[in-house]
Amino acid sequence: MTGQERHAARSAKVFLAPALLLIAVFFFLPVLAALLLSFTDFDIYALGDLDRLRFVGLRNYLDLLQSPLFWTALGNTFYFVVVGGPLSVTVSLGAALLVNAPLTRFPGFFRAALFLPVVTTLVAVAVVWRYLYHPHYGLLNYGLGLLGIDPIDWLGNPVWAMPAIILMAVWKNFGFNMIIFIAGLQNIPPQLYEAARIDGANGWRQFRHITLPLLGPTFLFVALMTMIGYFQVFAEPYVMTQGGPTNRTLSVVLLMYEEGFRWWNMGYASAAAFVLFVLILAGTALQLRLQRREPP
Amino acid sequence: MNRLLHRILPALLVYGLLMLGTMLALAPLLWMLAASLMPPGEATGYPPRFWPSTVTFEHYAALFTRLDLGRYLLNSTLLAGAVTAISLFVNSMAGYAFAKFRFRYRDRLFRILLAAMVIPAQVAMLPLFLLLKQFSLINTYWGVIIPGMANIFGIFLIRQYLLAIPDSLLDAARMDGAGEFRIYWALVLPLCRPILVTLAIFTFMGAWNDFMWPLIVLTDSSMYTLPVALANLLGEHVQDTELMMAGSVLTVLPVLLLFVALQKYYIAGIMLGGMKG
Repeated sequence: MTGQERHAARSAKVFLAPALLLIAVFFFLPVLAALLLSFTDFDIYALGDLDRLRFVGLRNYLDLLQSPLFWTALGNTFYFVVVGGPLSVTVSLGAALLVNAPLTRFPGFFRAALFLPVVTTLVAVAVVWRYLYHPHYGLLNYGLGLLGIDPIDWLGNPVWAMPAIILMAVWKNFGFNMIIFIAGLQNIPPQLYEAARIDGANGWRQFRHITLPLLGPTFLFVALMTMIGYFQVFAEPYVMTQGGPTNRTLSVVLLMYEEGFRWWNMGYASAAAFVLFVLILAGTALQLRLQRREPP
Repeated sequence: MNRLLHRILPALLVYGLLMLGTMLALAPLLWMLAASLMPPGEATGYPPRFWPSTVTFEHYAALFTRLDLGRYLLNSTLLAGAVTAISLFVNSMAGYAFAKFRFRYRDRLFRILLAAMVIPAQVAMLPLFLLLKQFSLINTYWGVIIPGMANIFGIFLIRQYLLAIPDSLLDAARMDGAGEFRIYWALVLPLCRPILVTLAIFTFMGAWNDFMWPLIVLTDSSMYTLPVALANLLGEHVQDTELMMAGSVLTVLPVLLLFVALQKYYIAGIMLGGMKG
């Protein structure tokens, strides 16, 4: 190592130290501690007196697997991810195609208008949507009534509560992925479409054979980020339904919050958080593998 | 006929869908605003009203006088401002180090940080709460600020931006005998200005809109941020539709205005993060 390189390494350490220290102490350390915590019976008594803490091995995980409430939360979370995720990505792609269409004028205006829900505060718009979903005087049922559809108790009906939350989440989120799709679409060389038109390919075939394949990497990124985000659903059910009716919108993170911070069963709640983490990892691996095998 | 099929019909379809989409995207926000200005009880009439019969600001007045919303507005502004200022400083130093210095394990370290982005933040929350409790930081501003002071995505964004800037500029400054911190402060930071603005908007909005962590850390109602206060207000005032809408407007409006003013930077940031990610 020359003197200059040694000097550079020393400067780099000084610049890196604050960020790495903060991330190590306030993120990596807690994540490791959560793993340890999930093997203990940490509860409200341990919170007052650490001597009462006991190591219980895999008991929290076994308890989770035997708890009907956890399976309900898991099922609800999967419902939200599997229905809401693809719906959100589809709406985003559709909106991006429309905004980016050659005959659309003022794309900047439409882009900003469609994006606006993304920058709003989730809690505030969840409050607004609670009223829009009201069975008697909510705007949604009024609109459906004009089409001759009977009023639906969106948030009070066990069948409709989750679709209602998904609809609200898609409304709130689709603009973000729309922007990423627009960037992806603008990276496709226009000559490709020209050549396809000369060869007589219609709009659908251009979309199927040029747009979709070239959008592949963007698609993978968007699908992954959406899935990871949707697995962590919390504020929507917290504000709109508190997990009800009859736990039909209870998500894993909401369960973790209730168990950990309301009842102080922190060992049990940590185990729930780790199950969620493993599911997210598995989902990520699965998507990476699927997309690698068959290019869209 | 042919012209109709090939020109006018697609245009009608595209504009029709765009108009419909824009209407659906904006309708909940416009109704929120309209309802917040209606006299009590009008937002829950049937058929629903889209426009106040007479405009009243009484709900906004009630929020600031009876319900102490000014306090929450101050808390939110202070917390989001502090997180933004501190994290911008910390992240830009780290991003600079990853982009412009050679040192052992640099690339491995960077890859570990990137991989850690798949770990959901909720996993860390329970031990983080216990850790902050040890230091008596629960129910304090610092309890909310500390976990946001360094951010992997922020480091990543700064690094990507700086990679495109030639080293020769920095080397010239070193030849002139400038110290390393001076180079960072007087040369690198000004060069990063566009990405710093982008990151500042992201961070401020993220901190402003954050719900779960402030909900956990802030136990005393005088410490609440706007989203936490609003969720709490819903418990007592769920019948007062117009009042709740005024509270929602106040929570959403600052970030919405920030976005409208700095849209260009915000959208560029998503594209940078999305393309290189």
